[in-house]
Amino acid sequence: MRTVTVIGASLAGLYAAMELRSQGYDGRLVMVGEETHRPYDRPPLSKEFLRGAVTAERLSLAEADEIGELDADWLLGTRAEGLDPPAGSVLLEGGRRLPTDGVVLATGAVPRTLPGEPLHGVHTLRTLDDAAALREELSRGQVRVVVIGAGFIGAEVASSCATLGHNVTVVEAAPQPLLPQLGDEMARFCADLHTDHGVSLQTGCGVKALHGDVHGRVDWVELTDGRHLPADVVVTGIGVSPATGWLRGSGVPLDDGVVCDGGGVVASLPGIVAVGDVARCAGHRSEHWSSAMEQPAVAVRNLLAGSTVETHTALPYFWSDQYGVRLQLAGHREQADTLRMVEGSPEDRSFLAVYERDGATTAVLAANRPRPFTRLRRELARSGGLATV
Amino acid sequence: MIPVCRLEDLPAGDSIRLDLEPPIAVFNADGELYAVDDTCTHQDASLSEGWLEGCLVECPLHAASFDLRTGKPTCLPARRAVRTHPVSVLDGTVWVHAPAEETTQAAEAGQGTAA
Repeated sequence: MRTVTVIGASLAGLYAAMELRSQGYDGRLVMVGEETHRPYDRPPLSKEFLRGAVTAERLSLAEADEIGELDADWLLGTRAEGLDPPAGSVLLEGGRRLPTDGVVLATGAVPRTLPGEPLHGVHTLRTLDDAAALREELSRGQVRVVVIGAGFIGAEVASSCATLGHNVTVVEAAPQPLLPQLGDEMARFCADLHTDHGVSLQTGCGVKALHGDVHGRVDWVELTDGRHLPADVVVTGIGVSPATGWLRGSGVPLDDGVVCDGGGVVASLPGIVAVGDVARCAGHRSEHWSSAMEQPAVAVRNLLAGSTVETHTALPYFWSDQYGVRLQLAGHREQADTLRMVEGSPEDRSFLAVYERDGATTAVLAANRPRPFTRLRRELARSGGLATV
Repeated sequence: MIPVCRLEDLPAGDSIRLDLEPPIAVFNADGELYAVDDTCTHQDASLSEGWLEGCLVECPLHAASFDLRTGKPTCLPARRAVRTHPVSVLDGTVWVHAPAEETTQAAEAGQGTAA
């Protein structure tokens, strides 16, 4: 392989580049990134960055010398617009064709948005530019913020806005926040976190429309139950879609992400692997930071080997910081799994709990209990995802 | 020098966080005592709550690992080393030699809280 092109220059793309070099690839390496920024870490965007506690420089995922050591050609601010596997080329915006032998697909995901005319004051939060724009709007005195969606991004944004002293309402279509992810009991815990901190949580109702003033700036939110919420700033956190639109018609199999095997390999096309949020590996697509960090080592090994010699085995893990509580969840939780408190209690805002199925532990959840969480997480990982703890 | 605790209060495998500015974590790694800056150089997490294995501590948030002897990260996502500080035991009390000009004792809590 003489040229490998990594498309997407965030966590998964950068780590793929690092893995290529550390696994001995010494050919040409091209990094294509739609954003103009060098790779940076996204998790702090909804938390420390939004609150003004860290600067953009602090988010950098690689220092200048580390970037230099990669010896890559960086095409930042450049969108990939297509892939031509038979010809072995990547199509870049402006019509440029980039010949390549290997491709790492790491384009991530893009936030879903509500239908309707775009209005000033309506934000999504995915990129550094998104976060900077939102932070700017939050820096002009107290405003009324409506957060649409009480998932992890929504909850963290609401928490940050509340900390900054804004008047915050969270709208969630489901009966509780994070119900599919955490189940009823823990969903109620998360709902309490909002209300305990003066945030108004409106569940069980959707958003019908956003309405603007004569200047095209958002003015109020119309709910499906007919109520109107006045709003100076709206943040939508209603999930993301894998960034695969540019691959349509390329022959790369797509189904809610790039369809690849358990090792990130696009089985039908030689020389193509996918990592991070865009990759649907063995039927499962993860949107976790830890997956984006862990998948490249395996996918790059397979890319360089020319076949799948290794598959992903890491236990799913994510964390969320909201209202001073650090939540950590690891494992494969399913809807019917039952929750058992191991230590602490939700009332204390500090606990360790496990999800169980047929007497075995399937997942572990903790609030402000990092050390025992790590112990159970490691036990769970060692036992292959089902353990007796 | 900053007093940490009695040696018997820091058994092997345990750690203590000193509420200084910046905070310092003191570890008993199988009988050897080490002190490093407590905050992971990657993101805001307390290494005193991390997973201790030999002389390596794994960050509880993202599993970055640091060598307590040198402070250097042994794997991503951390890339910067944590500062290390000499530790000594005098008459059964553990002391950390932290640079006074960079570290100030927080409030009146001379002693750290067990992690």
